[in-house]
Amino acid sequence: MNKILEAKFIGPDIKLFKIDAPKIALKQKAGQFIILRIAENGERIPLTIADSHKEEGWITLIVQGIGATTKALNQLEAGDFVRDLVGPLGQASHIENFGTAVSIGGGVGTAIAYPTAKALKAAGNKVISIIGGRSKQHVILENELAATSDEVYPCTDDGSYGFHGFVTQKLQQLLDSGEKIDFVLAIGPIPMMSAVAEVTRPHGIKTVVSLNPVMVDGTGMCGGCRAYVDGKQVFVCVDGPEFDAHQVDFKILQQRNRTYGIQEQAALEAHMCNIDVVYNEELKNKKIAESI
Amino acid sequence: MAELKTKERMQIPRHDMPEQEPHQRATNFEEVNLGYSIEIAMEEAERCIRCKNPVCVDGCPVSVKIPEFIKMIADGKFDEAAEILKTDNALPAVCGRVCPQEEQCEAVCVLAKKGKPVAIGYLERFAADWQRKHSNLKHAHVQQKTGKKVAIVGGGPAGLSCAGDLIQMGHDVTVFEALHEIGGVLVYGIPEFRLPKEIVRAEVDALHELGVEFVTNYVIGLTETIEELQARFDAIFIGVGAGLPYFLNVPGEHLNGVYSSNEFLTRVNLMKAYDFPNNVTPIYDLKDKNVAVFGGGNTAMDAVRTSKRMGAKRAMICYRRTEKEMPARVEEIKHAKEEGIEFMLLVAPLELVGDDNGVLRAIKLQQMELGEPDSSGRRRPVPIKDAIEEIPVDAVVIAIGNGSNPIISQTTPELIVNKWGNILVDESNMKTNMKGIFAGGDIVTGGATVILAMGAGRTAAKAIDDYLKNPETW
Repeated sequence: MNKILEAKFIGPDIKLFKIDAPKIALKQKAGQFIILRIAENGERIPLTIADSHKEEGWITLIVQGIGATTKALNQLEAGDFVRDLVGPLGQASHIENFGTAVSIGGGVGTAIAYPTAKALKAAGNKVISIIGGRSKQHVILENELAATSDEVYPCTDDGSYGFHGFVTQKLQQLLDSGEKIDFVLAIGPIPMMSAVAEVTRPHGIKTVVSLNPVMVDGTGMCGGCRAYVDGKQVFVCVDGPEFDAHQVDFKILQQRNRTYGIQEQAALEAHMCNIDVVYNEELKNKKIAESI
Repeated sequence: MAELKTKERMQIPRHDMPEQEPHQRATNFEEVNLGYSIEIAMEEAERCIRCKNPVCVDGCPVSVKIPEFIKMIADGKFDEAAEILKTDNALPAVCGRVCPQEEQCEAVCVLAKKGKPVAIGYLERFAADWQRKHSNLKHAHVQQKTGKKVAIVGGGPAGLSCAGDLIQMGHDVTVFEALHEIGGVLVYGIPEFRLPKEIVRAEVDALHELGVEFVTNYVIGLTETIEELQARFDAIFIGVGAGLPYFLNVPGEHLNGVYSSNEFLTRVNLMKAYDFPNNVTPIYDLKDKNVAVFGGGNTAMDAVRTSKRMGAKRAMICYRRTEKEMPARVEEIKHAKEEGIEFMLLVAPLELVGDDNGVLRAIKLQQMELGEPDSSGRRRPVPIKDAIEEIPVDAVVIAIGNGSNPIISQTTPELIVNKWGNILVDESNMKTNMKGIFAGGDIVTGGATVILAMGAGRTAAKAIDDYLKNPETW
């Protein structure tokens, strides 16, 4: 079990957790993820590590409450425990000094892009961050990214903050203004990543996306996370999660992520109260054990 | 009972395993085999003619002292029988259930020459179950502590067997497991109805009582590298299993509804998706659906019987050759047939067919016939011209084996593997090219059986013990 050291909402249904995980913190590199399970009857879900601190031994995760598990997770507070936490999994981001690198995050994808943006900056790149959200409160990590970027452009769909429009439009604007871009990292909803790939393709700009398929073990054993890149089957958990955006078959990725649409809805309805009950039972025992 | 003469022993007929009725068990996940009663077990044990030179022991990959434990059962000393088993086998209740005895100990049993062999597997299961349920006796005997520390990478059959031997030899043993539960394929792969998880847990608990430490949620290679383990441990055994599923390499494998057997079984067994939504992990709703499973091994049988239990209307095995070539245990094939599983033999997949939304709707099969024998002496299946059929299905499970998992080899460049990624070892002692590092099980052999992995674990344990005592000679 891993203890939650800090938990706070940083957007609507978007929660940041700082979790005690010294072994993972020691090893984590930008782009890698963990798998966690919050209850004995829980599912294993992958989440990219947003940040870590080797000396203090913690990692941070940023979670958007969408399904049964993420919503239940977002009810946890500092002092609570995550039942199972394993990582760091997957390949680290490929970092080098490309020149000018644009990091694009859509929604909680921003949290996934953040560590890589940081690493790109440390490698000497000029880093331009574009952060997308539906409205102002969905724009996250602006200050953190500002600290590690040369330019930051928040964008909102409704125009309530920053650039009024999609992240792809902002990217197009940069290109049109003559900005010489050497590398693009895009992480967010599949339609967004796919759209970014189409913006950069005609310019031949190297573009990387981080995929978020259905996953169970996260170590290559189940093959559920298979995706198709350059016509070849890959296992995202061991071969990825980052791939060349111009080679990824986003249509298949999107279709495979719909596999459990019906079940996910059913789980959400069945579990909004239940998970809480199961979890709290366990949690209570753990807290009691700690206090003895 | 008075001592029987050999002739009298040979007149006792072999006792069948009591089972759940097929129509009943095909709808539940409870164990199919119910186990011998005390009376049946003692009578079956009397069938053993106690050969002076017991060839059955040579037929066992871990060399269980078979006639000795069977004599204890005949004498009603069940605890003692279990103790004898445990000196050679860390997981007797598991092996009594999943070993292919008909190819091993029972295949060479002298009685098999004229009739049916002694039911060695059923008796092993009986003794182990009896002890688990009725005895408080501490298991096996641990020698004086040596102070040497061994890391076991992977909590499956190879690792557990290696751990069981090493702890009895007096070494400190820590098992590292990537998943949240110990047991490897015993907990994620083999279904509850063939091997109840409670039994695996009990055998793991027994090892824990002997002093084996277990660390879950820990991926060697990523959470900690082999090199880092070397600094903390005196020796390392790598038994991470195969763990990288093969697909068929036909069009349509990306469709929704297509599973590897690993994913399908992990969802149902380890994550208990059969009890969705009480357990949150989802799986395709198979009620009244058609399911096709590709493969002819034990895993294929497990997957197809699982889909039947999930409510499938048609649950089919699709296999390239004939039943004779199927690698599955005879008992699994028999059980599957009794449960209404359809066997489509001499068929090869051509395509998995989907609808406009990317959802699987059918499989296209090529019918085959047996041609000339190939280099292995087996008659090769060859396609029959124009004999192609399309069968409507809602789910496909691919159970054709595993490649080798890349995590250890990618993060341990010094370790020598073959072109398929299997770790190269000296088979006499399981040592790798790296000093103090041993390996065994499916990561060395490719997909094989539980007991062969356990045999490799034992061989490695013996070698590790010697290495720890005389490191300079290695």
